[in-house]
Amino acid sequence: MAALVVSFFEWFGELGMFCRRLAHALFVPPYEGRELVRQLDSIGSMSLPLVAMAGAATGVVLSLQTRDSLARFGAKSMLPAVIIFSIIKESGPIITALVVSGRVGAGIGAELGSMKVTEQIDAMEVSAVDPYKFLAATRVIACIAMLPLLTVAANFCGVVMGWLSTTLAQPVSFRYFLESGLKGVTFDDYLPPLLKTTVFGLIIGVVASFQGMRTQGGTEGVGRSATSSVVLCSLFVILADVLLVRLILVFFP
Amino acid sequence: MRNNEESPIVIDDLHKSFGEQNVLNGIDLVVHGGETLAVLGRSGTGKSVLLKLIVGLQKPDTGSIRVLGQDIARLDGDRLNEIRKKIGFLFQSAALYDSPTIEENVAFPLARHTRMSEGERKSRARELLSAVGMESGLEKLPSEISGGMQKRVGLARALALDPEILLFDEPTAGLDPITASEIGKLILVEQKKRNITSVVVTHEIHSAKIFADRFVLMNEGKILADGALDDLRESRNEFVAEFLREAA
Repeated sequence: MAALVVSFFEWFGELGMFCRRLAHALFVPPYEGRELVRQLDSIGSMSLPLVAMAGAATGVVLSLQTRDSLARFGAKSMLPAVIIFSIIKESGPIITALVVSGRVGAGIGAELGSMKVTEQIDAMEVSAVDPYKFLAATRVIACIAMLPLLTVAANFCGVVMGWLSTTLAQPVSFRYFLESGLKGVTFDDYLPPLLKTTVFGLIIGVVASFQGMRTQGGTEGVGRSATSSVVLCSLFVILADVLLVRLILVFFP
Repeated sequence: MRNNEESPIVIDDLHKSFGEQNVLNGIDLVVHGGETLAVLGRSGTGKSVLLKLIVGLQKPDTGSIRVLGQDIARLDGDRLNEIRKKIGFLFQSAALYDSPTIEENVAFPLARHTRMSEGERKSRARELLSAVGMESGLEKLPSEISGGMQKRVGLARALALDPEILLFDEPTAGLDPITASEIGKLILVEQKKRNITSVVVTHEIHSAKIFADRFVLMNEGKILADGALDDLRESRNEFVAEFLREAA
């Protein structure tokens, strides 16, 4: 038990030191423009199909589940608003972050872990190239930049598929669905949840890079890093969501 | 008698431990300019740790390591990187980057630290690869070539910035005797051509005989013998005699 407590605090201590070096790499030039573009592509465009599918599925499920509930209370006309509000305020951002935690978190954890155990990170360091700048900072920035864009895509697919699912049960035009759903929506409803995904991106980039770069113990260690990256990214995203939702409710009541 | 102060690598009373395990236990070592020093010893005696300390990948517990006149343990950031640009390092596993091609691997340090155009970098990478006997298949990925070829590419990458010091971690380990001998000769040729100071960590005395001017034998974190191979053979230390007998 004591060892578990010690390793818990050790992990946070190491994370703190990692963040200090990462902050230096993020804010002090030169910047790794070409590698950043590669990571934006790898993290952004490669995650798009998965995120779009997850968003679409969420839209369909929301439509199917809420339809019956609303019908019981005689509020079926509220269906478009419920679907759109649910998607843009919570489902879209959190589903996107969890999907990216899985795909990108595992990818970064395994890739950097593999580079660590095969001494590629050491090779980079002795070549006078800062691995925090080249490997970690580029991935963190790419995650921060791509999460909101992927969320927009997930939201769009969710709304479209929510409409499609609704209209299959009871025909309704897409224009009416949107007008009805967006009637009470303001920027205060849309922007804060979208911007909170930058925090999710920060969490995914930092935790996955940290887990990858501290890998030890050969291929088994790489597997452990990939798994722990996904688990920790998902966990911290959910915990951060609780805090951020509370903050959003305070500042945008 | 050479002046130690001018030597590229001067190590004084170096100690390093990991947890309760003492890996290096008072190492004193001077590597003179232009010589090739082979560090011999059994696996796990701290030879690779010594190389990582020389290049600043790890920090010593006590003692000092002066590399090209600078105390490497006290340097950080840009000042450490300035020294590292003058050091080439060939890792035991070659440590080539997975995703770039062979040619891009060699061009990587050039892209980072020179103002060469892409064409010039390509040309220089090809020249270096040709020098180590790699003239074709340069667009292949490291995973698509043999271990011996990976070592050659690693050597070309280590030579890319015209280093003053070369560090080799088990350059011939895991290779068949013919390839190991070829790599050994390659190290000798490149070292003599460029007059680079080299430290080669190895447990394979046959390969070391090809390229080394001087040998040190380590055991339990200490240097037991230092000199030419004949000097080591005359050592009365029991471990030295046993190591040389078993390695012969």
